[in-house]
Amino acid sequence: MIPTLFIFAYLGVVLYIGIFAFRRRSASTEGAEEYFLAGRSLGQYVFLLSLFGTNMTAFAILGSSGHAFNNGIVTYGLMASSSALIIPLSLFLIGTRVWALGKKYGFITPVQMFRDRWECSHIGTVIAIVQAAFLVPYIIIGVMGGGTAFNAISGGRVPYWAGGAIVALVVMGYVFFGGMRGTAWVNTLQTLLFLSFGAIALVVIGTGMGGFRESAEAMLQTPASAALLTRERISPLFFFSYTFIPLSSIAFPHITIFCLTARRVSQFKRTVVLYPICMLVLWLPCVFLGVMANRATDVPEIRQKMEARSLLAVEGSKLAPEERDKLRSTMAGDDVLLLLLDRFAPAWLAGLLGAGIMAAVMASDSQILALSTMFTEDVFAFYGGKRRFGEAAQVHTGRVFIIVITLAAYAIALRSPQSIFDLAVQYAFSGYSALAPLLVAALFWKGSTKWGALAATVWTAGAVVAVAIFQHIVVAPAGPPKVIWAVGGAEVLARTSGGTAVFGLMPVVPMTIVSSLLIVVVSWLTKRPGETTIGRYFKAAS
Amino acid sequence: MKGRVLAAAIVLLYVLHQDFWYWRDARPLVFGFLPIGLFYHAVFTLVLSLTMWVLVRYAWPSQFSDELGEEGSWAERPTTAGSVSKAAVNPSAEVRPSDDQQGDSER
Repeated sequence: MIPTLFIFAYLGVVLYIGIFAFRRRSASTEGAEEYFLAGRSLGQYVFLLSLFGTNMTAFAILGSSGHAFNNGIVTYGLMASSSALIIPLSLFLIGTRVWALGKKYGFITPVQMFRDRWECSHIGTVIAIVQAAFLVPYIIIGVMGGGTAFNAISGGRVPYWAGGAIVALVVMGYVFFGGMRGTAWVNTLQTLLFLSFGAIALVVIGTGMGGFRESAEAMLQTPASAALLTRERISPLFFFSYTFIPLSSIAFPHITIFCLTARRVSQFKRTVVLYPICMLVLWLPCVFLGVMANRATDVPEIRQKMEARSLLAVEGSKLAPEERDKLRSTMAGDDVLLLLLDRFAPAWLAGLLGAGIMAAVMASDSQILALSTMFTEDVFAFYGGKRRFGEAAQVHTGRVFIIVITLAAYAIALRSPQSIFDLAVQYAFSGYSALAPLLVAALFWKGSTKWGALAATVWTAGAVVAVAIFQHIVVAPAGPPKVIWAVGGAEVLARTSGGTAVFGLMPVVPMTIVSSLLIVVVSWLTKRPGETTIGRYFKAAS
Repeated sequence: MKGRVLAAAIVLLYVLHQDFWYWRDARPLVFGFLPIGLFYHAVFTLVLSLTMWVLVRYAWPSQFSDELGEEGSWAERPTTAGSVSKAAVNPSAEVRPSDDQQGDSER
């Protein structure tokens, strides 16, 4: 009961912050730039913490520990240290340039920049639609994470559907009222909370388990659990593939848009340097605790997950696909951290730490705001809505859109059984990684054209849909990958237990490489924008 | 030359991230409980932060400070977004005051 009360108190605080931002903002202007970009005025600490919080979704805590529970320590290198390399680098190279151009030309969305850079209009709309389509699953995982976390923290008192609904309503509330300023302030609080979470959880759970030394040694005694302290459950090729996933970060519209909120370009400096440290502080405890959860066999739910995992490994090939799916659902570890807290932390601390988890789970705010920004700027305003109805109507439209998209995401989240992690990675992350070359081409290559951008965008959309259809049609095997297409002994296409493999790599690799090639080849074959346009970009931002 | 050295450092870090040499080893357990593979990547993350500091210190794009000035306001900032290009943002965008004129609440 106490943890549930903590969560409600926390939700009340973040809602208040959103409304406070609304009241503070209403004293100045009601313009689109103020609502959608906080007037390009965020200070360096709000910028750093909010940007980091925006990048961390439900899987940063729940998904990472869940993935580590079933796959071992590889989770850290797979997701955290690769992101700690790629994301700050992309902020340094791309984020600063996007900021400078946005500041100079008044861009609020990346599509506005693409339209200007490549002298196009409807192609920009196509890019906006594809970006928006990839963002929706990301929002859904936020709602799903909210439902899962609330249900687990409350000990089942708050059902999944109600937890998801409450989280969705609170997020909708402070985004609706506070816009970017409210969202950034809430994200700052959330980041501080969940950064503290890791260290506290590590101490509390470690003490409760009687220290980690014995647990680690005990895990090394049996082959099944010893493998979790190495990376042998994942192939080096898959590990390499995964470094393409963090490319998605800068291409996510909410991150590109967020780059425009900094008051000065120098605010990127501290963000670039401290970003890896933030990753370490958050992910190392979560991954380690996820692995150590395998020792908490006195927790019935955890024991059940381990039994399901073992059964799937031994008997999986003999089971029907539906039974395998059921076992996969049972062994999913998204709630192991919550179960550990429930087992080892006192109720009040579990509640406090639960609020930290909720903070990470509720990161879908920026995505919802980004979708609203894109709709109002790239569609409503671009096609004359702002001219006809004025800027106030544009902001009102954005707010209505926030309600519509949140309700739609909630409805979908209720029906989607797939694990948080898989859903996010397979669709949204891979898609955005393949769209990242658009930003690189726009900012660094004078020869890029709108047709090259269109080719890459259409390819990306098609590839994501193709992978989704493929995985829907071909049932996931229980054990080794099922080879679908081989040429001369080389496995071209295979269905794995977790997704799809192309030449043994995750689909994101060929998707991103082909996307880059398409931009280059099609741009070579088509006419470049005028010299005046190119001159403005490469004088100002290269 | 400086840029090439830093680019090479980034490539080297990418290679070091693919640490196949600890792939199947859990031991030694650093501090008695942290598997070597996890410890390696934790240290790697700290090295990344240091590298980013070097990048920011020695390779910060100078044109931003040259063109934007300390407050980040462009001297040649257009008065309307519509003046950017024919197919640009929103042809009807209104004049936006600079940050200094907006009376930034966080400043």
